Amino acid sequence: MAINWKTYPARGVYDTLLAAPGEVRPVASSLCDYLASLSEKEVRDRRAAADLAIRNLGITFTVYSEEGGSIDRAWPFDIIPRVIARNEWTRVERGLRQRVEALNLFIDDIYHDQRIVKDKVFPAELLADSKNFRPQCIGATPAHGIWAHICGSDLVRDKDGTIYVLEDNLRVPSGVSYMLENRLVMKRVFPELFANSTILPVDDYPSQLFDCLSSLSPRRGRRPEVVVLTPGIHNSAYFEHAYLAQQMGAELCLGSDLVVGDDDCVYKKAITGLERVDVIYRRIDDLFLDPEAFDSGSVIGVKGLFRAWRNGKVGLANAPGAGVADDKVVYAFVPDMIRYYLDEDAILPNVPTYKCVDRKERDYVLANLAKLVVKPANESGGYGMLIGPQGSAKDIEDFARHIRRDPRNYIAQPLITLSTAPTLVDDHVEPRHVDLRPFILSSKSTYVTTGGLTRVALRKGSTVVNSSQGGGSKDTWIVDHEAS
Amino acid sequence: MLSGHAESIYWLGRYVERAEDGARLANVHANLLLDLPRKYTFGWAPLIAITGYSDLFAEHYKEATERNVVRFLIADEKNPGSILSSLAFARENARLLRDLLPREAWEQINELYLRARQDAGNSLAQGRRYDYLEAVIRGAQQLSGTLAGTMAHDYPYDFLRLGLAIERADMTTRIIDVRSANLLDGSARSQDGPSDLAPFETIQWMSVLRSLSGYQVYRQTVRGPVSHADVLRFLLTDTRFPRSIGFCLAQMDTLLRRLPRSSTISRDIQKLVDELEHVDFDRLDRQALHRYTDELQVGFGRLHDRIAATYFLNGPATTTGAPAT
Repeated sequence: MAINWKTYPARGVYDTLLAAPGEVRPVASSLCDYLASLSEKEVRDRRAAADLAIRNLGITFTVYSEEGGSIDRAWPFDIIPRVIARNEWTRVERGLRQRVEALNLFIDDIYHDQRIVKDKVFPAELLADSKNFRPQCIGATPAHGIWAHICGSDLVRDKDGTIYVLEDNLRVPSGVSYMLENRLVMKRVFPELFANSTILPVDDYPSQLFDCLSSLSPRRGRRPEVVVLTPGIHNSAYFEHAYLAQQMGAELCLGSDLVVGDDDCVYKKAITGLERVDVIYRRIDDLFLDPEAFDSGSVIGVKGLFRAWRNGKVGLANAPGAGVADDKVVYAFVPDMIRYYLDEDAILPNVPTYKCVDRKERDYVLANLAKLVVKPANESGGYGMLIGPQGSAKDIEDFARHIRRDPRNYIAQPLITLSTAPTLVDDHVEPRHVDLRPFILSSKSTYVTTGGLTRVALRKGSTVVNSSQGGGSKDTWIVDHEAS
Repeated sequence: MLSGHAESIYWLGRYVERAEDGARLANVHANLLLDLPRKYTFGWAPLIAITGYSDLFAEHYKEATERNVVRFLIADEKNPGSILSSLAFARENARLLRDLLPREAWEQINELYLRARQDAGNSLAQGRRYDYLEAVIRGAQQLSGTLAGTMAHDYPYDFLRLGLAIERADMTTRIIDVRSANLLDGSARSQDGPSDLAPFETIQWMSVLRSLSGYQVYRQTVRGPVSHADVLRFLLTDTRFPRSIGFCLAQMDTLLRRLPRSSTISRDIQKLVDELEHVDFDRLDRQALHRYTDELQVGFGRLHDRIAATYFLNGPATTTGAPAT
């Protein structure tokens, strides 16, 4: 017996599978019993089988290096799934729908009447210096009034088990291909588990995505021509761009494959000549999308694309400018938006957030810097962040100065201790911190993935889940344990 | 089909074929050296001229020793025409095509390159070189099989095969050229007179046929002795043997007829075929053969430019093509 749940140190932090050492949560009981019944050799064999499947399926992420060109690394994967009960997930799903609906209403409002600003629910000065606000988008009317068609929201559980939304990614969120591939790997490695329990399927995402994109076509009554626009093979998510194109039967294009005509329509350069494109799932950031409208130095974009979109000749997902709601300070206002637009309370809470732009909250932050995590509005990837409990006196002094100088750019949150999940380390299991990124598709209707991508910090004690920095992933099971 | 994809998959075909044929070229040369009496050996230098990279070689190496030439042709990534570079370019093109290629094909290309790079040291050791080159040839063959058996036989596959065919035709002329550059038709006499070399003539043409996996087919279709004129006629005009130039041109013609806007390219191919039919193989001596293979290579270059101008994003891209000698 290789895995002994009695010695698993589930203490102090919420663990997704165990309530305490030896005390398996009901939703995970058949999984944990099964894992405990495997011999050491069986565990090793399953792990080897998973590694082989990942290699054979060609699941990779790209790391670019100067000498070697782009290198595809095998995707780090842990074979012990993360389990969530169906009834809990139903509530999370409702919360996500509510949240994304409000976010889309907010973006549409910001680019039209700005009622939320006029009604003083959202401060005008935040908008004025938001890096992702695109004045070019004012007055645009994308199909269905939807701007963020694909949203990836990061969820975390605190040590008491409460699920919080940590951030919403509304620009070009990635990771969904790994969610799909992880399931494929698990079915190969543990077919018997799928036969014996009710694990909800995840595989319809590509067809849902295709339907969502198709509904943005400006031309009715014909099969829309959908393409995926990628920055190219050196992008770290290139695997995903190719994967989704392949799964949807759409063509994967570089900017150089597309051209905007004098009629403002977008065409792809095909061997037969130019062919019109109806919808572009773009995986290029706003600023590089079109040298005519945004960064004139962009070589990966398509000249005139923005004009084509503004004039309703092509559908773009996500719409340019959708990132205005993808900002750590705007995030703090999401519960207010939900109340303002939907007249509801947020089902999923934000991590408690102090906005430094508010005088009272700023005073609290400045007095409690040593206890808080301070984040700038627009940097991602952990740069320019203060983790108070780990910061030196000098760091804290520096941040106090930054905040006083530019309060709009900062928010502060209490330090969240991410929940853990049992993870295979050599021949035994240890707790490792995890988060969860579900994906929400919005067009005529809304779709939420069943679960999402569970990312795991593979280094002991680490809470950094990014694959470029020692993170891996797990399959995520939404289990109906009352049904089986 | 996107022009960009057509271009990438055509180049994928060319590069995979170039790696395979590069391996065949090195094999035929090594065998030739083994067959010849020591006093006639001419070393490895002519191979560099045949591949068209003499200047580049001179930039990086002082002497055309066996080790240097072999390294340059097989494992040197500074040489864009080396086997390893060809596989690296094939892989980069395949990466652009990941949405189009069957998964297992991408895996095979990736593995083929990674293994070739990892084992590159073996190509320098005389005793292991054959195995190394064979592994490259087999890997390329396996890939063709996977693609034939799993890809939709549609435009993308047609462009892949177009790339394979034009590269193969070009490389077959180069492999024939190895034989013509130094060898022993009536005009290449040693100081002891021509007579003692006659016995090797047959053996050497056999080794050219073998390097193209064409010996068996030659025996079956020609049904005569292995002679200079017959082998050339077979390798240049036979329409049943897949590595002969006649076959490659016929295949390109068939593929192009399925593609839109191909009539001018088809006419160019017909011109090359007509020329081939008028060659008098019995009178083709060493120098004439060398000149003629050069002419063919220039013809293939023009064909490529025409294809690029008709279908690709970037138009004729001669810098990435095989330079003519």
